[in-house]
Amino acid sequence: MAIRARRYADAKAQASTNTELLWWVFMRVSGVVMVFLVLGHILMNFVLIDVNTINYQYVAGRLSNTTWKIYDWLILVLAMLHGMNGLRYVMDDWIRDPSRRFVTKAVVYSLAVLVTVVGSFSLLNHDFSKDLSQNTPTQGTMTKP
Amino acid sequence: MQVTLKILRRDPANSAKPGWQTYSVEAEPMDRVLDLLHKVKWYQDSSLAFRRSCGHGVCGSDAMVINGINRLACKTLVKDLGTVIQVEPLRGFPVEKDLVVNLDGFFSAYRAVHPYLINEESPPERERLQSPEDRARFDSSTKCILCAACTTSCPVFWVNGSYIGPAAIVQAHRFIYDSRDHGLRERMAALNASTGVWRCRTAYNCTEACPRGIPVTQTIEEVKRALLYDRF
Repeated sequence: MAIRARRYADAKAQASTNTELLWWVFMRVSGVVMVFLVLGHILMNFVLIDVNTINYQYVAGRLSNTTWKIYDWLILVLAMLHGMNGLRYVMDDWIRDPSRRFVTKAVVYSLAVLVTVVGSFSLLNHDFSKDLSQNTPTQGTMTKP
Repeated sequence: MQVTLKILRRDPANSAKPGWQTYSVEAEPMDRVLDLLHKVKWYQDSSLAFRRSCGHGVCGSDAMVINGINRLACKTLVKDLGTVIQVEPLRGFPVEKDLVVNLDGFFSAYRAVHPYLINEESPPERERLQSPEDRARFDSSTKCILCAACTTSCPVFWVNGSYIGPAAIVQAHRFIYDSRDHGLRERMAALNASTGVWRCRTAYNCTEACPRGIPVTQTIEEVKRALLYDRF
């Protein structure tokens, strides 16, 4: 199909190669994966222990373990990508003016990148094991105030 | 019974905004909305413009919004609507006059999916045979009459306008799932574009609107699946 487009957006719309199929697959896969990740998170932090007993020591104890770091980081990244792609669908569908759509997308994507970067830094760039004092219990056994 | 027929009319000659015009029509419960439109046009107001051809739910000319729902005027009975009936042109297309909309975009989307058998192999001496099971695979999508009720019920089509639309995808499905057809790659140019099947958000409006009972949303999902399996 020959591309006869006046604007970049038209050319993009008419191009037969795009990532829409891959995004469609990603939405399904990430959705299913996140159901299990988040259910596991809820089970570990709300069901198996009393959420009121969670303090910084408990969180630092968990996050000094690489497995839980990767676990939490996966939730962060998948949720951001899944949510932002959903928002991209909404913006593509409902903001008709190309310049307004561009500006809105620029703002939303910048915020998304910011949140992901800050989240990743606080998860991965900090040594939580340093914050663990030897005397304080790490497993949700703190007495209620 | 006396029926109040409200029609959303627009006269491009006066370039006025569309406005409701109310007619009082004598009708039988088993009359169709098309009969009411005929009564208005033939006996009350000959300036009323609308499309109809066969009048029996086969040609797909008289799809319109009747009491807020996309239907064929020739298949909708007065007894199912009550005594106040509102008729509007299909949404999402430019209105030419009254209930007549411009379907150019609709048919260019239709042509973009190459709605005909594509098979480069030399034909056999007799016809290309197909088993009843293979024929049944795409049976529902053969029922489409191109009335545009599905496409104009789609919220993505309303706001976006460049979405290829359910009707064109149903037509593509009719050939993609035909065992004799080899034209998936040719059709992919339109279907896999960012204005193609991936724009469908499964609102299910199209399935509800189809006067032929085609499971349109399911059909669209099957076309997505065909593109997916072609890629992986």
